[in-house]
This record gives sequence, C-alpha cells and structure tokens, in this order.
Amino acid sequence: MRQLIKDNQIISDTWTILTKEECAETIPAGNVLVPVKVWLANHEALVNRQDIGIWFEGDDEPEKIGAELTRFPVIAVNFPKFADGRGYSIARLIKERYQFTGELRAIGDVLRDQLYFLQRCGFNSFQVRADRIDESAIESFKDFSTVYQAAADETPALFHKR
Amino acid sequence: MYKYDEHDQTIVNERVRQFKGQTDRYLKGELSDEEFLALRLQNGLYIQRLAPMLRIAVPYGMLNSTQVRKLAELCRKYDKGYAHFTTRQNVQFNWPKLEDVPSILSELASVEMHAIQTSGNCIRNTTTDQFAGAIADEVTDPRPYCEIIRQWSTFHPEFAFLPRKFKIAVNSVPNNDRAATLVHDIGVQLVKDANGNVSYDIYAGGGLGRTPMVASLIRKQLPELDLLTYLEAILRVYNRYGRRDNKYKARIKILVKAMTPEVFAAKVDEEWAHIKASSNRLTSAEISRVKAFFVDPAYETLDNNPAELTAALANNKAFSRWYERNTDTHKKPGYRLVTLTMKKLGTPPGDVSDRQLEAIAELADQYSFGEVRVTHNQNVVLADVKQSDLFALWEKAYEQGFATPVLGMLTDIICCPGGDYCSLANAKSIPVAEQIQAKFDDLDYVYDIGELELNISGCMNACGHHHVGHIGILGVDKKGAEFYQVSLGGSSGKIAGHTDTDIGKILGPSFARADMPEVIEKLITVYTENRTEEELFIDTYRRIGIDPFKERVYAPAH
Repeated sequence: MRQLIKDNQIISDTWTILTKEECAETIPAGNVLVPVKVWLANHEALVNRQDIGIWFEGDDEPEKIGAELTRFPVIAVNFPKFADGRGYSIARLIKERYQFTGELRAIGDVLRDQLYFLQRCGFNSFQVRADRIDESAIESFKDFSTVYQAAADETPALFHKR
Repeated sequence: MYKYDEHDQTIVNERVRQFKGQTDRYLKGELSDEEFLALRLQNGLYIQRLAPMLRIAVPYGMLNSTQVRKLAELCRKYDKGYAHFTTRQNVQFNWPKLEDVPSILSELASVEMHAIQTSGNCIRNTTTDQFAGAIADEVTDPRPYCEIIRQWSTFHPEFAFLPRKFKIAVNSVPNNDRAATLVHDIGVQLVKDANGNVSYDIYAGGGLGRTPMVASLIRKQLPELDLLTYLEAILRVYNRYGRRDNKYKARIKILVKAMTPEVFAAKVDEEWAHIKASSNRLTSAEISRVKAFFVDPAYETLDNNPAELTAALANNKAFSRWYERNTDTHKKPGYRLVTLTMKKLGTPPGDVSDRQLEAIAELADQYSFGEVRVTHNQNVVLADVKQSDLFALWEKAYEQGFATPVLGMLTDIICCPGGDYCSLANAKSIPVAEQIQAKFDDLDYVYDIGELELNISGCMNACGHHHVGHIGILGVDKKGAEFYQVSLGGSSGKIAGHTDTDIGKILGPSFARADMPEVIEKLITVYTENRTEEELFIDTYRRIGIDPFKERVYAPAH
C-alpha cells in the first residue's frame, strides 16, 4: 500500500485516486478521490455518497464548489510539476475561504523541499514521491522556526509580535 | 538603514542551513539536476557559461560599509577578485565554486546579507529610487515600504513557484521616476490622499523582455495599511491565472493585457475583499517601527556653497564638470548627493574589483555616514556628502576611476554581462559598450550631446533595459552570428517624468558589431543637425520621428 506523510507521520494511504478515464463508466465504491470536473459533471449521482473525496487540477476553481467543500473527508490538490505553483493558492482558498477542516493532501510531483511551503498553505498530508519518502523528509517541516507573513497555518504575521 | 533583529537573523541563518543541506544532497546525488535547479535558483545560483554565478540581494540598493568590505573579502576569497553591480541594484559573483556557495552564504549572513529570491520564479528584490531619503521632493521615504514588502515577500509560501519571475519597484517622487517603476510587474507610486495621508497608486503589468509593456494603473490611492493584502491579492490572481504553457507569455503583463487592465483590477478587488482584514494587514505600529530605521543621519547645520567649494569650482574645470554632472541637490543645506560612476573606459559597466569595493567602503565611512546605494544604472551613490568635502572626495574618487563625469550621458551606458558571461545571451554586450565609449571619448562632444540614455542587452531578457533606452541596443543571433538591433525613443521616465515611460521603436535591420560605433554616430548627427537649442536627443526624436534617423543610417554608401 502507498505510503503518505500525514500530520508529521508516515502512514499507509487508504484512499484511491481515480483519473477522469477511470471514472468514465462507474465510480467504484470505497474511499476514492475523483477529479473535480467529474464531481461537477455527476453531482446529482454522487452527492449522497460519503466515501468520495475530490482532487483539483491547477485550472479547477474552488469557487465552483464553494461551501460544499466542507462535506468531503479528503481533498487533494495535484502538482503536475513541482514548479507549477497554482496548487498553493488553491489550497489557501480551500482552507481559509471555505474553512475546510478535513485532510488536505498534496499529490503529484511532491518533494521534500516543497513540504514547508505546502504546510504553510494548509496541507496536512503529502503524497511524497515513492522513492523519496522517509523520516528525513519530515525534518523539513522544521526548516524555519520564524516566518514573516501569515498564511493558512495558525501563525500570525510576525510584525504583530514585534 | 534597516538592522536585523533576532527574527530576521534567525530566518537568514536557517536559510543558510537549509541550502547547505540541499547542496549536500545534490552533491551526494540524492537530488537530480532538475530538482536542484529550482532550489538553487531560489537562492540566486545560476550555472552559467563558464562557472556558477551567484546573485546577492542588496535590498533596494542599500549597503553599509561593513557589507561592502565583506563583498570585497568574499570576491577575493571565492572569486576572481571582482564583482558586478546589476541593473536590479544587486551584486553578482561570476566565478564561485558550487561547493563554496554555502560558506559564502554563511559569511554573508554574518553581515545581514543573503541571496534569497534573487532568481527563480518568485518575488525578487524590491527596488526604489537611489536618492531615497535624501531629496526634498519625495512624498515620503520609500525605503520603509520597500523593507515591509521585502519581509512579506521573503519565503512567502504561496508565491515560491509563480508562472515567472516577479519584480516590484517603489517610487515616491511625483513626476520623476528614477526607479523605472512602470516597467515592473508591479509599480508602487507613493502619493498623498486628499487628507494628506500616505497612500499608493498601484500599477501592474509593466515589463521589458520579449514583449515590452508600460504598466497600467489598477488602483488609485490604496490606503497605507492595505499594501500587503492588496499585493497578495494581485499575486494570487497572477499565480492562478498567469500562463504556464509558454515562458515567453508567462509574465503578469501578458495576463493584464489579455484580461484588460479593468477586468484584471476587478478580479484583484474581488480577491482582495476576502483577505483585506487578514493578519497581513499592516498596523501603524509596524510602519512606525520600520520607519524608525530610516531616520536622518546626524547632519550638521551648514550653509550651501561653502567657500572651499566655490573656490574649487572656480579653479578646477575637471572638478566643476564632475560637480555639475555627477552630484545632485540634497534636501539639507550644505550637503550633496554624489554618484560614483562604475563606467570607466576599459572596464565592463558595473564591474568592480575587491580593491575598488574597499575604496568605496572607505569613501562611505569618511564622507557619507558609512552607507552607499547601488543604482539600477550600475553606479554607486554616496547620499550624504558635505559640500565642503566634495573636492577631497572627488580627488580620491578620480584616482579609483569613479569620477568619469558622464552621468546620464551617452557613455554612461547600462549594459548586461552579455555573451561574455551569461549563458542566456545571444550576443556579447560589453565589447559594444566599450567600442561606443572609445568612439565618444571626447568629453566636450559628449557634453554637447547632453543627456542621453544608451542601454545594451545581450538578449531578449532585457537585463540591460534596452527597450527604455533613448537608444537601445539588443544583441540578436542570426544563423550563429552576432548582430545588433537598434531601437529609438524608449524612456524609463527618469528625465521626462513618470507618465512619460515609453518603449523604444525598432529602427530597422540589425548591424554587425564592428558597425555599431558608426551607427550610433550617425544617429547622434541626425540629432545635432535637427535639435533646437533646448532639446535633448529624446525630445528631438519625439518631434521629428524615426524616419530621418532611419534614412541616415540605412542610406547607401556614396
């Protein structure tokens, strides 16, 4: 089973991520994450299922789902390449504007050196590339002990303390 | 000048430790080239044509003499004994070894310096007027606002992987923009509102590069405390909707143009409404705290034009020429702003040796409260020099080659490192600058031509700001050979006022390098033949248009 860093621990993943193609006919039961576009297109059929989460591409807009975001146990945001930073903004919207409190997961090209920033934008779970997941990756959450600006974590802007 | 407290120092120290770890992992093969690339770029480290190049941040151009001495020491110890002042008010080392970079960063941290976000697709160093704080006509000192932006943007977790690099400039002088703010991704113009309170006019979508554009005003009189939340709203809209499919279309200027400035502004407002009350909203206490670092130095009560100065001006033609050209009016009686030019013939524009850096530090300590500013024209400013000291300062500066009295003139060329150093360049730029400087070595002639900005870039990335030169030169590659395209009529608004920023027009087919001095000479001749008494080159160009210049330059030889 795939490993995952969640809340500073390496755990086994209990969710399956489905692509658009895999959702073409039926969406299997069990803990599955479906693309946002699939969710929106099949809203009526899926709205009563509790075993479904969604995953965002960079061009998906949290605004299109709005307050309903809080219903999902897991929301994932895909980073097709680590240099594609749209997911950071998407995460902040999900977390801050829509007050999502469930598991917010970074998937795709996720590496140790992004974890610190991802965490500050509201992610609490990280599907680090399989060849790079180990205890030392968790160390990177402690790269910085002080930050200047407020983001999606609880830390206020530094100037309030000065 | 801003001084680090324990928080600032901790952040910089922790960054040194983090980057050392990343470099170690790379050297051990645990990080791929591509993965390390994004990490080292966030830290100003390029792998260039000949060696790595390390860009060091000089926030809004301010350095104290201790920092300048440290730069001298570092370029002697880890480089070939010289450094380069960039057009972004930063400093570059051209020859450090990759494995030495963590040690260099650690030494920089000991004097409150770093290389954070000096490259990569993130928010870069904020730049401003090199005369900030020392001139009478500014709305308020822009440097505290630059420092506030610096802190907010440092390791901003949401904006480390933008579609493209992002540059913010701040100007505080009405109708005179030495910071070229309108060719930045965001230009912040400090203004006073109807009640006399500090506020900001915000411009977005300016830039040079392949598609040069002048920024559009998207918000008038933004209240003082709302600066950071509003910037955050702009960056968020850009981060989400800026193009990522084509790096030549990824700057914010393309997004602003595609959406139209009105729609872009509305989108930013919509975003801002959600975050304007967030924890990043500034407080008056924070603004006062940062302002307290930028108070006046211990000026003496003096009169203008002391006897020593007037006597020296009367007796020494070379000194008086330099005084006219390279010094400016100060807000305090008895003081002058001095620009040391780093444009001596035979030296690439902006290059300084370790000894010259030490000489700059010495002059700063002796004559200007121990502080210097780097300008985007690749010169160095001593902002607070007593008029009675000017002659002594000039003599010393002259010995070091810092007193070439051509500031703002044809031979005060802005020039990128070009194909001699930079792996992005299509053509060399430094030899072109040298050829032109050699051709126009008659000072009387250069003076007669008057203020004229000549800017050279070795490629479309436009580090030499060629689009906003009155004469711009761009190196292009034609089937493997180096050619040079000339544009006319650009302006960064420094002379004519900030509403006058303009992108130059291309003259025509490009030229071989050897022909460049003659081409420039022909352009100058068209100007001198057509000018009225009070016209500068740019004025004549605007009046008579590009055709007379074109005809002369491309006329068949007789």
